[in-house]
Amino acid sequence: MNKANKVVAVTYFVLLVLALLAPLLGLYPVFLMKLLCFAIFAAAFNLLLGFTGLLSFGHAAFFGSAAYVTGWFIKSQGWTPELGIAAGVVASGLIGLVIGAVAIRRQGIYFAMITMALAQIVYFVCLQAPFTGGEDGLQGVPRGALFGLLSLESDTAMYYLVVAVFVACFLAISRIVHSPFGQVLKMIRENEPRTISLGYQVDRYKLLAFVLSAALTGLAGSLKTLVMGFATLSDVHWSMSGEVILMTLLGGVGTFFGPVFGSGLVISLQNLLADKVGSWVTVIIGVIFVLCVLAFRKGVVGELQAYLERRRRATAAPEG
Amino acid sequence: MEIFGIPHQAFLGQLLLGLVNGAFYAMLSLGLAVIFGLLGIVNFAHGALYMLGAFAAWIMLDKFGINYWFALVLAPLTVGLLGVVIERLFLKHLYKLDPLYGMLLTFGLVLIAEGIFRELYGVSGQSYPVPELLSGATNLGFMVLPNYRAWVVLASLVVCLGTWYLIERTRLGAYLRAGTENAALVQAFGINVPMMVMLTYGAGAALAALAGVLAAPIIQVNPLMGSNLIIVVFAVVVIGGMGSIMGSILTGLGLGIVEGLTRVFYPEASNIVVFVIMVIVLMIRPAGLFGKEA
Repeated sequence: MNKANKVVAVTYFVLLVLALLAPLLGLYPVFLMKLLCFAIFAAAFNLLLGFTGLLSFGHAAFFGSAAYVTGWFIKSQGWTPELGIAAGVVASGLIGLVIGAVAIRRQGIYFAMITMALAQIVYFVCLQAPFTGGEDGLQGVPRGALFGLLSLESDTAMYYLVVAVFVACFLAISRIVHSPFGQVLKMIRENEPRTISLGYQVDRYKLLAFVLSAALTGLAGSLKTLVMGFATLSDVHWSMSGEVILMTLLGGVGTFFGPVFGSGLVISLQNLLADKVGSWVTVIIGVIFVLCVLAFRKGVVGELQAYLERRRRATAAPEG
Repeated sequence: MEIFGIPHQAFLGQLLLGLVNGAFYAMLSLGLAVIFGLLGIVNFAHGALYMLGAFAAWIMLDKFGINYWFALVLAPLTVGLLGVVIERLFLKHLYKLDPLYGMLLTFGLVLIAEGIFRELYGVSGQSYPVPELLSGATNLGFMVLPNYRAWVVLASLVVCLGTWYLIERTRLGAYLRAGTENAALVQAFGINVPMMVMLTYGAGAALAALAGVLAAPIIQVNPLMGSNLIIVVFAVVVIGGMGSIMGSILTGLGLGIVEGLTRVFYPEASNIVVFVIMVIVLMIRPAGLFGKEA
C-alpha cells in the first residue's frame, strides 16, 4: 500500500468512526440521516455523470418515484420497511430502464434534455395519480419495524440503519467502478467511438449504468421517506434533479468522496439558511452553481486531489 | 354543431389556445436553436428570460404607467441588454468547454432569477390587463374569436417568419450561418465574430422576452412561468432537431395544436402529450424530425 492509499484509508476509517459516534456527539440525527440519504443520491448520480460521462437532468424522477412507492406500500399496505424499500428500488430501477432506454438514443446535451422531459412525465403522474396525495403528497408514513422485529421509531435505530445502507452503497459503487464493467464505463466516458470500434456494445453498458444509478437513487429516495415520514412533489420536481447535479459538481465530479462532501455542504447550507432568508436560498444555490461552473469545475475534492497530485510530482521530480 | 361529439366552440377555443401555446413554443425553440447554433450553449435560462420579459412589462405598467405597446418594444430591449451582459460576464468563458457546462451555468442563472422574483413577488402571479385596442372578441360566425389571442398568433408568426427571413435570406444571416459552420474562418475574413456572438445571444434573449410580453395578458405573470415552459420547449427541440429554423417554427406550432386537441379529448394527458410524442420520435427517428446529425 503506498502512502496516498494509506492516507485515504485512514481518512475513511476516521469518517466512519465519526459517523458511528455522531449521535453521541449531540448532532441532530434526523439532519444527519437526511444528509446521508442525499449523499447516497449524489454518489449514485455520480456513477452516471462522473464515471460514465452521462449528464442526466432527470434523476429526481427516480428519487421521487421510489419515495412515493415506498411511502404508499408502507402506509397503505402495511408493508415492513425493508419490503417497502425493496419495492421503491425495484420501481425506480424499472423506470430507469424505460427512461434510460429512450435517452441513450441521443448523446450530450440531447441526453440531458430528454432525461429532463421524461422525468417531467413522472412528475405529472405523481401530481395526478390517485394514490400520491396530489399537492399534499404522502404524509405520516410510519417507520415500522425492520423485518417486523427491530423498531425504527427511535432516531438512533433509524440512524444506524441509514449509516449501514450508506456504507453498503458506497462500497457497492466503489466495487462497480473498479470492476471490468466500470473500466468500460470510463472508456465510454473518455472516447465513445473508440470503445465502439473495440467491439463493446456501448448502449448496453450505458443502459446498465443508467439502471444501476437509478436503482441506487431510488434507494436514497426510499430511505428518505422512511426517515422523514413523507414523500412530496418536491422529491420529483426538476429542481431536485438540479440540486443533485450541484452537490456532485460542488464536491467533485468523478471522485468518490466528492458527492458525499457536496451533498453535505448543500444540505447544511439549506438547513442553515432556510429559516432566515426564505427564497434567497435558491438565489445563493444559483450563485454557487455559476461560480462552480466558471471557476471551480473540479469541485472541492477534485481540486484537492489535483493539488496533492501537483505536490507529489513537484517533490518526485528532483529525484527522477 | 359538434365535432367528434365536442361542442365546436369548445373545440375551436382549445385549438386556438393550442395555437397560442404553439406560437410561444415556436418563438422560444427558435431562439434556443439560433443560440445553440452559434454559441454551442443550451440556454437553460431561455424560460427565465421569457419570465423576465413578462415581468418587465408588468413592472413598466405598474410602476411607470408605460403601456403595452411601448412595453412590447422596451421590455425585449431591456432583457436583450441583460442578455448581452450575461454573455460578456459568463458565457464567453465557456465556449471552449463541453456544452454541458453552458447548460449548467444557465441553470444556475435560472435559480437566481426565479429566486429573486419569488422573494419579491411571491408565486401567486400578477395579472396584466389586455390592452384596450385588443380587448373583446370578434364573432366570425362559426366561432367567437378573442381579439388578443388572434393578435398573439399573428404577431408571433410575423416575428418567427421575420427571424427566418433574416437568417436565411440576408447578408447578416449569411454571416451568422457561416459563423455557425466555422467561426474561426469567418473571423479570418474580417468579421467581428465575438461581437456577432454577443448580439446573437442578446437577440435570442430579446425574442424570449417578447414572447413573455405577448404572454403576459393571457397567463398570470409569475416567477415560475418560465421553467414550466422551458422543459416543454426542450422536448420540442428534441422532436424538431436544432438543425433548421423553419423546422423549429413548424414543430413548435404543430405541437401546440396537438396539445390543444389533447386538452379537448383527454385533458389528463395534455401536460405530458408533448413528452410522449418526443419518446415516439426518438424511437422512430432519433435525430429529430428536421435534424441533420445522427
